[in-house]
Parts: sequence; C-alpha cells; structure tokens
Amino acid sequence: MGRASKTTASLLVGLFAGMPIAMPAPPPNTGPAPHAEVLHWWTAGGEAAAVRSLAEAYRDAGGVWSDTAIAGAEQARAVAISRIAGGNPPTAVLFNTSRQFHDLVEQGLLDTVDDVARRNDWERLLPPAILDVVRIRGHYYAAPVNIHMPTWIWYSKAAFTRAGIAQEPRSFEELFAALDRLRAAGLVPLAHGGQPWQDNLVFRAVLANLGGRELYLQVLRDRDARAIHSDAFRRVLLTFKRLHSYVDKGSPGRNWNDATAMLVTARAGVQIMGDWVKAEFATAHQAAGRDYGCIAGFGEHAPYVIQGDAFVFPHSRDPQTVRAQQLLATVVTAPATQLAFSIRKGSIPVRADVDPSSLDLCSQMAVALLRDRSRQLPNDEVFLTPDQNGAMADVLTNYWNRDVPVEQVQQKLVAALAD
Amino acid sequence: MPTARAARSGSWPARLALLPLALTAVVAYLGSILWSLRVSFSASRTFPSDSWVGAAQYLRLFANERWLLSLQNLAVYGVLFVLACLLLGFLLALLIDRQVAGEGVLRAVFLYPYAMSFIASGAVWAWMLNPIQGVEAVGHALGWEAFRFDWIVDPDRVIYAIVIAAVWQAAGLVMALLLAGLRSVDADLWRAARIDGIPTWRIYVSIVIPQLGYSFATAAILLLTAVIKLYDAVVAMTQGGPGTASEVPAKFIMDHLYGRANIALASAASVMLLLTAIALVSPFLYARSRAAARGA
Repeated sequence: MGRASKTTASLLVGLFAGMPIAMPAPPPNTGPAPHAEVLHWWTAGGEAAAVRSLAEAYRDAGGVWSDTAIAGAEQARAVAISRIAGGNPPTAVLFNTSRQFHDLVEQGLLDTVDDVARRNDWERLLPPAILDVVRIRGHYYAAPVNIHMPTWIWYSKAAFTRAGIAQEPRSFEELFAALDRLRAAGLVPLAHGGQPWQDNLVFRAVLANLGGRELYLQVLRDRDARAIHSDAFRRVLLTFKRLHSYVDKGSPGRNWNDATAMLVTARAGVQIMGDWVKAEFATAHQAAGRDYGCIAGFGEHAPYVIQGDAFVFPHSRDPQTVRAQQLLATVVTAPATQLAFSIRKGSIPVRADVDPSSLDLCSQMAVALLRDRSRQLPNDEVFLTPDQNGAMADVLTNYWNRDVPVEQVQQKLVAALAD
Repeated sequence: MPTARAARSGSWPARLALLPLALTAVVAYLGSILWSLRVSFSASRTFPSDSWVGAAQYLRLFANERWLLSLQNLAVYGVLFVLACLLLGFLLALLIDRQVAGEGVLRAVFLYPYAMSFIASGAVWAWMLNPIQGVEAVGHALGWEAFRFDWIVDPDRVIYAIVIAAVWQAAGLVMALLLAGLRSVDADLWRAARIDGIPTWRIYVSIVIPQLGYSFATAAILLLTAVIKLYDAVVAMTQGGPGTASEVPAKFIMDHLYGRANIALASAASVMLLLTAIALVSPFLYARSRAAARGA
C-alpha cells in the first residue's frame, strides 16, 4: 500500500465527506429567506455556546442558519478546502484571521464583502492587525468575529499565596523569582502542555515581551537573518529555554486544558496560554481577580498579540447565496452579536465601539490595552505561510525539548523562515 | 496459486466480475500514484498547480531535518517491531500449541488487541507510560522510589515506547498465523519423530520451523506494511513528541498535506514512502512467488 495513493484517497474521501446536508425549506409566504450553511470547528462547550449566539442573531435578522460543525480546526479547514475545490462550497467557512485563506483568494475562489465593510466603516473600526489580513489589494475577503490574545500569563492566586508571593510579577526577572518560590513550596512552577503549538506560543510570549515590538516584527514579519542572529534575539531564545526548567516531568504531550486544570487545583502556579483558558476557569466556577490573575504582558508598553477568527465566503453565482453571505457578514460584525459571542468564547470584540462593561476583568483590561494602537501586534501566522510557520515550530519545539546550542537554533530558524 | 489459475482459465463472467476490482486498482491506486507523482514536481501549496519545478521538492525534502529524523525513526521502529512481533508471536503460538487447555480463551486474549483501534488503545498506553500518572507513579506509590520508566517523555527513548505498544497490538496476529502453520504440520511427521526418540525442541528446530517459512513470510509482509503505515500509534501516544522526537514519515505527509498547506512537498514525501514500501516488500513477494512456483 503506497502512502501516495492513500493520501490522494483521503483527499477524495474529504471531497465526499463534504456532501451537502439536508437543507431546511424556506418558510412559506415570506419569500425565500437567505440561507447560510456555515462550516466551523467550534464544538467544545464554550465554543458551541458562542456559535449558537451567532446562529440566533442570524435567525433574528431573518436568515436560516444551517450548522456544519467539524471537530478539529485543521480537519474542518481540510474539508472546507476540498469542498470549495470540488465545486460544492458551504456558504461561509471559518478560518483563523491569518494567511490560511490567502491561497483561496489567489485562486479567485472567495467573494468579497466590500459593501458590508464600507457600510459599517470597517476601515475605522477594525484594528490594523485585523484589517491587514481581511483586506487584500483593497478588497475585503473575510468578516472578523473576534480577537484572541494567545500569550497571556495566568496564575493561580491560591498557589501564589501558598508560595508566599505577594505581588504579581512585572518583568521576566520577577517571573523567574516567582517560579523559584513556587518550586521551593513544592508546587509545579510552570504548568505547560508540551505540544509543539504550545511550545511555540510560549516562545512568542517571550519574543513579544522581552524582545519587544521591533524585534518581533523583524523576525516574524521581515524574516530578517541579521535580527535572528542578534544578541537581543539570542537572549529571547535563552529565556525561552530557561522557562523549560520549570515544567514538570509529565509535561510532554499534555493538553492545554489539562495544564489549566493544574492551576485550577493550585497544583501549579503559572501558565502561558491564550484567553480561551477562561472557559476552563469558568467551568470550575473560578473568577478572574478572585481565584486567578491574568497578565497581558510586562511593562507599560508590552505588545498585545492579536489572533482571531473570521468567516470567508466561497464564490457563488447564485444571488440568493450572495445575499445570505452579505447578511452573515453584517450580522457577525454587528456590535450586539460581537459582544454576545465574545462573552461565551472568552475573546474580545473586534470593533472598537463596543461597551466592554459586561465582559470579565481580563477582557476589560484587554479592551483598554487595545485602544493603544502602538501595542497591537499581529500573530505570527499573519506574516508566515502555514508551511514557514510549521518549519519554525519544528525548530523551536526541538530546542525546547532537547539540548541544542543556541547558535544552531538561530541558524536553523534562518533556514526555516527562508522561502 | 489456485485462485489465480481459476481466474485465468475461467470464462468471461468471472472476468466481468473482476472488472470493478481491476478498475478500482487502475483508477484509484495507479491514477492516484501518478497524480501524486505529478504534484511532487510542482510548486503546489493549498491547491494542485500546473507549475513545474523539477526535483526541487525532493531536494527540500532531503534537506529537511524532520523528514530525515522521521526516516531514522521508521527504520529503528521497523526493525524492532518486526523482530519482536515475530519472536513474541512465535512463542505465543508455541505456548498455545503445547498447552491445549484453555486455548480458545488464550487465543482470544492475544488476538483481542488487534481488533482494537489504536486511537483508543494508544491513549491508554500514553496514560500507562506517563511517568506522573502511569507505571512509574505506581512504582513510587508502592515505595520503590528509584524506579524509573519514563521512555515516553524521553526524546532519546520515546520510539521504544511506541514499539512496546505496537508489538502488544500486532503480536497476536502473528501468533494466529503461526499457530495455523504449526497445526498444518503433518501429524505423521510428529509420530515418526517421536518413535525415533528425537527431543521435542529438536523436532521444532529441524522439522517444524523450516515448514513455517510461508507463514513467517506472510506475517513479515503484513508487519512491514504496518510499519510503513505507522501513524495512528504516534498520533495517539505522543503526537510526534517530545518535540519532534517520535515523528514518522506518514505524519510528516499528513501535516504538510493539510495543516501546512504544502501538497507538493507532501506528495514528494509520499512518493519516497511508496518507493520504500516497494523496496521492502518486493523481496518477500518475489520469494513467495518463487516458492509458489516450486510448489505448483
């Protein structure tokens, strides 16, 4: 059995797996209601609740929402791409706000939502980091749903109390001091899930906070070999590696939510992870500020890394489908929908004009931080192709797990980020 | 082979019945292989493109550290897995062959793992091998503080942890194949050897095992194809980690096909894997067809 035929076969299976599901008939007498089949990967508890709020809003606006949920982001995108390539696309597809869908744009497979964007003044309302991804050569190709911040530093207040740490760390030196005290108290200092994407997330936290905005952009956006070989970047790598000495033996392969559970039960002190962990704390009836703390970054000007989700709209010649797509783009970016969605998802709205008072403490802090545009930094996948990003992830996860000289890591990163 | 001969001399209805199978083989398998070959010479990313970049993807593939590590892991895994399965499977078959009491139960016990999906049993293995909640933790809880069994989190040993779990799964199949072989040895041979007073181990070594060549070859082919396909065990147990320490070629292909949106590189890797499979299996197939020709 050749792998070659296998992989092709699985592509074909992907094509057939995406056959249309039964479509509910439009309600009688009111003319055809816009019907949207929406393909996404939001299947976990909080995510499912969040996507339900989108569906309700779409229904309230007079549309018919038909849900195609596929577990696993990568799997969902694979099915979506197979269906688009096979000429049987869903009405809308979820992607991360990144270059993931730019190949689809290049092939002319997506429709624009320029009218919706102009009518709602996206240019003014969206943060530049989001705008630069959804707007390609002057056309809007995606409707952004939310903003996630992947590099928060979370800590358990109970664990900090037990270790005698009185104050929230405000720099890497203070963070390392806190980690030492946690270890001395017999706790796991850093709760970490040793999977490549999580190792890379920790790296980005160090790069943004210790390296700073300029270095972050030089390395990830410009892929500048001089910056990667600089002393400042070398310090970033060494600090990243130093964090590894604070994880426990069971870390390799651990899921992120199992690491969060270690904070919930105060067996561990600190976790570096995206704001989706709030759903785990909420499930355990813990509240921000009371049971756990959140640090967006160190210092007054710490960058705020922006990641997010967005819907794209596969090209269609059917005016009914186009109408459904326009309505969906309008609804998911409306202020009320944005707020209802983010409360459940743990993210924050993409729009700057939403009242954040109903969000949790950490999200309110985030909204305030985001007002300062100089602190906004796009996530790495905005600059890098999935392939470059993966090659970088391989180098970094290898460095995290093995003893590799830092000079070698610098060289390998230059090679990984080259075209 | 008798079935092949029947098909050859059979009338047209038999050929017609085989047509769908032949079409599947030609279109689905051969067609897909040619398509992958074409894509591997292009610069395709998310979608196949008509561009032509020659051997560039192959050069990139063999400059890729993770691919080379995947090949090395596959070689280590392949040798250990096949040998351990054959040895263990043979010993189990012997055990059952000698101790006929409870044979039905034992056979079911040894074959059961093979009926389970590795996605499920791999997760259980991952828990058992995890040092803070598995076997090592139990050892510590029982007071054996110095006990260490942390291969699954050790980048230098993780591939052995995967071998253990995979052997547990596949050894039962080898046992079933070899047991059938053992049972097909002519009872008269056993009686004759007994009358001559030949010790049991000597009968096995000199008479029985040489007759099992066919069974061993069949088992080896099945095991080698399982080696090439190795994917689910790694995904379920380590996801390729710690770091990239337990990456294997099939996972490299899947990652590049979807998440990394580089189907050209994934296709180049697939072609390399197909060539490896052909190189590994063809000597066995050749030997078997020679043996069959002699037997006919």
